[in-house]
Amino acid sequence: MDVVLLSRVQFALTIMFHYLFPPLTIGMGVVLVYLEGMYLWKKEPIYETAARFWTQLFAVTFAVGVASGIVMEFQFGTNWAVYSRFVGDVFGSALAAEGIFAFFLESGFLAVLVFGWDKVSAGFHFFATLMVALGSMFSAIWIVVANSWQQTPAGHHFVQMMRDGQPWAVDGEPIVRAEIVSFWEVVFNPSTLERLSHTLIGAFIMGAFFIMSISAYYLLKNRHLDFAKRSFTGALLLASFFCLVQLVSGHSNALMVSMNQPAKLAAYEGHFKTGPGDLSLIGLPIEDEQRVAMNLAVPGLLSVLVHGDSDTPVSGLDRFRPEDRPPLLPTYFSYRIMVGLGMTFIALTLFSLFLLWRGKLFNQRWLLKIFVVAVLGAVAANQLGWIAAEIGRQPWVVYPVVERDSAGKPLLDAEGFVRYRSTEFPAAEGTVSIAGLRTKDAVSETVGSTEVLASMVMFGLIYLLLGALWVLVLDRKIRKGPIPVAARATSKSHGLLDSATQRLGREGVGRQEEDES
Amino acid sequence: MSELLPVIWYVLLAFLLAGYAILDGFDFGVGILHPLARSEQERQIAISAIAPIWDGNEVWLVTFGGALFAAFPEAYATVFSGFYIPFMLVLLALIFRAVSIEFRSKIDSERWRRTWDWGFFGSSLLASLLFGVAVGNGLMGIPLDDRGLYLGGFFNLLNPYALLTGLLNVALFAMHGCLFLYLKTPEGDFRIRLRNWMWHTWGIFLVLYMLATMYTLLAVPTAVPNFQKFPWVGLLAVVSVLAIANIPRAIYTNRAGQAFISSCVTIVTLIAITATALFPNLVIAGNDPALSLTIWRAASSEKTLQTMLLIAVIGMPFVLAYTVAIYWTFRGQVEPDKSSY
Repeated sequence: MDVVLLSRVQFALTIMFHYLFPPLTIGMGVVLVYLEGMYLWKKEPIYETAARFWTQLFAVTFAVGVASGIVMEFQFGTNWAVYSRFVGDVFGSALAAEGIFAFFLESGFLAVLVFGWDKVSAGFHFFATLMVALGSMFSAIWIVVANSWQQTPAGHHFVQMMRDGQPWAVDGEPIVRAEIVSFWEVVFNPSTLERLSHTLIGAFIMGAFFIMSISAYYLLKNRHLDFAKRSFTGALLLASFFCLVQLVSGHSNALMVSMNQPAKLAAYEGHFKTGPGDLSLIGLPIEDEQRVAMNLAVPGLLSVLVHGDSDTPVSGLDRFRPEDRPPLLPTYFSYRIMVGLGMTFIALTLFSLFLLWRGKLFNQRWLLKIFVVAVLGAVAANQLGWIAAEIGRQPWVVYPVVERDSAGKPLLDAEGFVRYRSTEFPAAEGTVSIAGLRTKDAVSETVGSTEVLASMVMFGLIYLLLGALWVLVLDRKIRKGPIPVAARATSKSHGLLDSATQRLGREGVGRQEEDES
Repeated sequence: MSELLPVIWYVLLAFLLAGYAILDGFDFGVGILHPLARSEQERQIAISAIAPIWDGNEVWLVTFGGALFAAFPEAYATVFSGFYIPFMLVLLALIFRAVSIEFRSKIDSERWRRTWDWGFFGSSLLASLLFGVAVGNGLMGIPLDDRGLYLGGFFNLLNPYALLTGLLNVALFAMHGCLFLYLKTPEGDFRIRLRNWMWHTWGIFLVLYMLATMYTLLAVPTAVPNFQKFPWVGLLAVVSVLAIANIPRAIYTNRAGQAFISSCVTIVTLIAITATALFPNLVIAGNDPALSLTIWRAASSEKTLQTMLLIAVIGMPFVLAYTVAIYWTFRGQVEPDKSSY
């Protein structure tokens, strides 16, 4: 089998599995900070009970995130060596910053968050929780910066590498890589802020739906009612707010994509021919016939969304060479289903808010049942968003920059295709022109398909195991439910008594030793 | 400056690696010695000794990897794609270790816990061995082509020298972990047994250390010239020997803390000596030294190295501060009944 395809599948498998967990910990981190803050402020034991319960789930989720995350960093080198050499100068800095600024922060203070309840003061515990939540967001920042640079590169230039003072060429081919010109332009490349906010909001929504799911389960089982109602209400407010904000963020992301990656937008929308665009709600794009079959569309709306009026043309797939177009069907459908899920969430949360206001929410068993499973939709929306973004980025792993005129219109070449900014390098025969890096050219030269297949099977099995463990342990914790702090106090006094006796015993032994010496 | 920056990053990478080896080294050692724990309470003590901190310790490896990627992308790409299968096995071991530590106490069943105990042991052993094998191959050199691509296969990596350094690393981590666990274990039968094992692991380490030293001096030609070029390596070697010799002395006089610190010094000096032997190469081309990946050939641009240095200067004090704060929070012996987690 093709090593490029296998490497892509392996990357997709590992990143998609990994990405089940970070959004949950980012979302739950915010909730933990809120709960512990409320506990510090109001001193009501219910907040501590809740914080301790969610901390348990947070810790298990975080552990699986760490275990699956370590693969990600090393996979760039193992499977995508050419890519690593090409982008290391730009991409590596963000990754190293992530390690120093984010990972140390979260993993260090996680110890206090999970193991420190009885060791440190409530104030310091709150601080540790805050640091864990911040750390998880910092790690999102740096990795999204790195990924956004791949999508919309800026602040870099392509240069031929030097070796021992000479321009480096192997067999007459110049060895070229991307190097940083401006660190801040790399960090704030055209898509960073849009994509980072979209990602974080997606994580908050997923965290909120996760909490609503578990709370709804308790409400249906008639258990831990006070805890469940409070958790549900808080999470519902959070979810409703962020679902609406996500709509705005989604729109501005689409505008950003239309500017910087017009081929991706055309694939999102199934927009074949350049011209005024209809907004396809659902249909079946047929590439060979250049049309969307069974298309349910709103006439002119795509142009309105992109340009503000229904007649302005939107670049279609026909503006790109066939080899520069992303795979159409997965991009079109993943994008569409993500948007559809988002719209559904807006309706669902607003309707639930209305019921909450009327005091009827918690008797609607059917609605609570929907909320038990709705978290799967939130997970799917997060995953599909990334699928759309990453498959839509194809066939490039480092996207070329679109050349534009002063009015912002993409420039076309002699054949009528959108022009990408490229740099020429002298080669043995003529010149080599570099605009970006294609995925098919980015895999490790020395790794064969058997090796990738073997590692993929290995990761597949491990991840099945990890996933099963996570579900199993989570299920037990959820069934057991939160342990009220009052009840805990009795069991704690028992533990304290025990350890006090032991400490006495130990001190006795210590004294004996001293006597002997 | 442009000549110096790669050198600074070479030293910083050695620093990150030393931090990793000292901190996660004892986690691995605890895993390797875990079968020594006989009762559930003893096993619990061993796990609780590292449970809050192993994850933070592993971040040193993640940051080392990120820094290698950023500072020396050519070396990162060559090594990771060249050592594909060993690295996949390292990843397998690291995942299993994480899962074993985190999940063993989550379900109250003897069989469940025993399964993860063996996972913890096996993964710690495998990862320690592979890290040592990697260092051995690094010193020996590997075949490279003129683009800096690895020309060998998986079995080239399993040569006698690399296997010896692999075993040496296992023994080193076992000793280091034993000293750490001894400090963390309350009085009792387990502590007495650990005390005996401090002697055993030290003895095994000493034998392997001498074998590896002789092998290196006799059969690893790349290492020797630098020892002649940088006479202060002799000083490092002296410190290393003194530290190793101080371990039994400290154990004998009941100063386990000092023994542990000596073990840390041993690790630091071993890494420093290895780094000096390699310098200025990151990857030695065993087939043709002219093809070796030196730090200057493999480095990122000056701009990136400068930026990252700034990031490190800003970030590392924080990292050290909270590492200290967290170790302080979890100082002292494990309290057996407070099996939090």
